[in-house]
Amino acid sequence: MTSDAMASNGKIEKVSIIVSKGSLEGVYPALIMANGARAEGIEANLFFTFFGLDAIHRARHEHIKLATVGNPGLHLATWAGGLPGVSSVMTHYMAHKMGQLDIPSIPEFIEMIADTGAGLYACQASVDLFGLTRDDFIEQVKDIITVGEFYDLAAGGQIIFT
Amino acid sequence: MSTKVYAGTEVTVNDDGFFADAQQWREEMAPEIAREAGIGTLTPQHWQVVKFMRHEYAEKGTGPSVRALSKTSGVSVKELYQLFPKGPAKLAAKIAGIPKPRGCI
Repeated sequence: MTSDAMASNGKIEKVSIIVSKGSLEGVYPALIMANGARAEGIEANLFFTFFGLDAIHRARHEHIKLATVGNPGLHLATWAGGLPGVSSVMTHYMAHKMGQLDIPSIPEFIEMIADTGAGLYACQASVDLFGLTRDDFIEQVKDIITVGEFYDLAAGGQIIFT
Repeated sequence: MSTKVYAGTEVTVNDDGFFADAQQWREEMAPEIAREAGIGTLTPQHWQVVKFMRHEYAEKGTGPSVRALSKTSGVSVKELYQLFPKGPAKLAAKIAGIPKPRGCI
């Protein structure tokens, strides 16, 4: 870690968080980290890449699902997790639990994070790969940027990959 | 823990500068704490938030997180960050003389 990334008092001053997964459990931690950083007065940027792009996709960000297959933490038999509707039901259940704790839905959370002044960016390579355009993304997305531009943006801070 | 003098009165604060005892806080201390936190002038909007933090603390024993603060005070998240750029809940709590809110969201 360079001294640039931290203030003279040893505190983190800036974070850049990469969101590469499009599952509920893949997206929320990044959002919580970003929102928490801003709450501490830490500058924060979010860089959405690969399936993480779904979190800022106009039509898809309301439908981010919990992975019920290949997710041993769920303590559900893999064959059961693959049955039709199981992912939806588990996602619904999780959303209900989160609602009880006043954790916002993904669209609401992302809007809130943009309001905190954090920057939301889409990865150019992934946008090209999936054949997307600026119009596919929610208005809070500041720009579609290259990996080089991301590193420029992240300069002097910590990078978190999720 | 250490002590600080605000508005001519000695108070106890923790290592991050938050009041150890909310009872020691007086309104006239707020502008000085705010200046230390990088806020030169407390506007009526700042005061609205600071008083709300104290109210919530008195009611619930803890200050709200940014989201709860916005939802219950009616001040939008965007405005809160304009008022307190270095963290609304954290700074407003400090200025209001209450402990730092511990929420994750």
